Amino acid sequence: MKTFNYHTPKDVKEASKLASTSSAFLAGGMTTIPSLKLGLATYKDVIDIKSIKKLSGIKVSGKSVTIGATTKHAEVAASKDVQKAIPALTKLAGNIGDAQVRNRGTIGGSISNNDPSACYPSACMALNAVIHTNSRKIPAAKFFTGMFETALKKGELVEAVEFEVPEKADYQKHPNPASRYAIIGVFVAKHKKEVNVAVTGAKSSVYIDKDLSKKLTSSFSSSAIEGMKLDHSEMNSDMHASSEYRANLVSLYAKKAVEAC
Amino acid sequence: MTKVTLEVNGKKVSKEVPDHTLLSVFLRDNLNLTGTHVGCDTSQCGACVVHVNGKSIKSCSTLAADIDGSKVTTIEGLAKNGKLHPMQEAFKKTHGLQCGFCTPGMVMSAVDLLQTKKNPSEQEIREWLEGNICRCTGYQNIVAAVKEASTKM
Repeated sequence: MKTFNYHTPKDVKEASKLASTSSAFLAGGMTTIPSLKLGLATYKDVIDIKSIKKLSGIKVSGKSVTIGATTKHAEVAASKDVQKAIPALTKLAGNIGDAQVRNRGTIGGSISNNDPSACYPSACMALNAVIHTNSRKIPAAKFFTGMFETALKKGELVEAVEFEVPEKADYQKHPNPASRYAIIGVFVAKHKKEVNVAVTGAKSSVYIDKDLSKKLTSSFSSSAIEGMKLDHSEMNSDMHASSEYRANLVSLYAKKAVEAC
Repeated sequence: MTKVTLEVNGKKVSKEVPDHTLLSVFLRDNLNLTGTHVGCDTSQCGACVVHVNGKSIKSCSTLAADIDGSKVTTIEGLAKNGKLHPMQEAFKKTHGLQCGFCTPGMVMSAVDLLQTKKNPSEQEIREWLEGNICRCTGYQNIVAAVKEASTKM
């Protein structure tokens, strides 16, 4: 691993000031450190934000669940308050990676990295999340801009993610057997007026499947989407799954999620 | 360079190391605690699992500087007064290892499971050990070892 300078700023302002074109914010480090080890990324400065207290914690109100950026997956998975408000979210958090990844990995890190196969971005999209940064609030639909890309600017830091509490929701993932990343993952959320079906793992970045969402908005039942064929032309094809197979899985797992709601 | 102070297996240690030093490197190269193994480059194998403040983590994906001031337990810290930990005893009894390379991580991970869940089911044991890869036992005896230990811990 190439050398870097390690910083532990005490507040967000100091963290933001340290940021440059050759820096990374570090939370759990479950992607950042493996990337540094493999030489996929090199930074002059690594800015550890874990000692900034206000970035961690869970707040649940009637309408929303707000999770601080450095809150670990294991904390979300074990939260009784989240379990009561959005059980699909505790289920999602409890199935990310493995136990040791969940003991370190954070929600802010997951969404800032925007891995095309990460679980949390799908929850953000389906649950109409608002991403709170140190300078603005960004709706999830505008936050995830492409493969490993987000709307975050230099020095901009995710502080918290605010999820809308749905009427019902479920997350179904087909994990890669080694990495536990989603070969595909489908988050279905039924809100008062609409149903959102967010898909991860299938394309270059998380997206809302408009066809599935539309069908389920008019009739929230698994029979409404039974055997639905999805366009696979923009879907990923790799050694784990062809694009046709992924399209079939998305349709099938959306059905499973509706049935589990 | 950064000064890292830890309590490792009950002993206070303090070393000046480069900022990018991984905890696994700190333990193996600086403290000579080579029981913690490094089996991959991709943070997937789990051979390097240790406890930091009681929770299992991958030492190969954690900076030593990041956990400054923490309490660390490695595989070397489990046996007390020459007596094996019940989990180590169970791995020995049920033949839960062949080459033994993954065993330190398996044991540390499994001990963490039993700290939070007294009598895990076979399914729960298998799910918990998803982050620990073994290439020779076929897992059957590892699961049996954790089951066996759960009756003793």
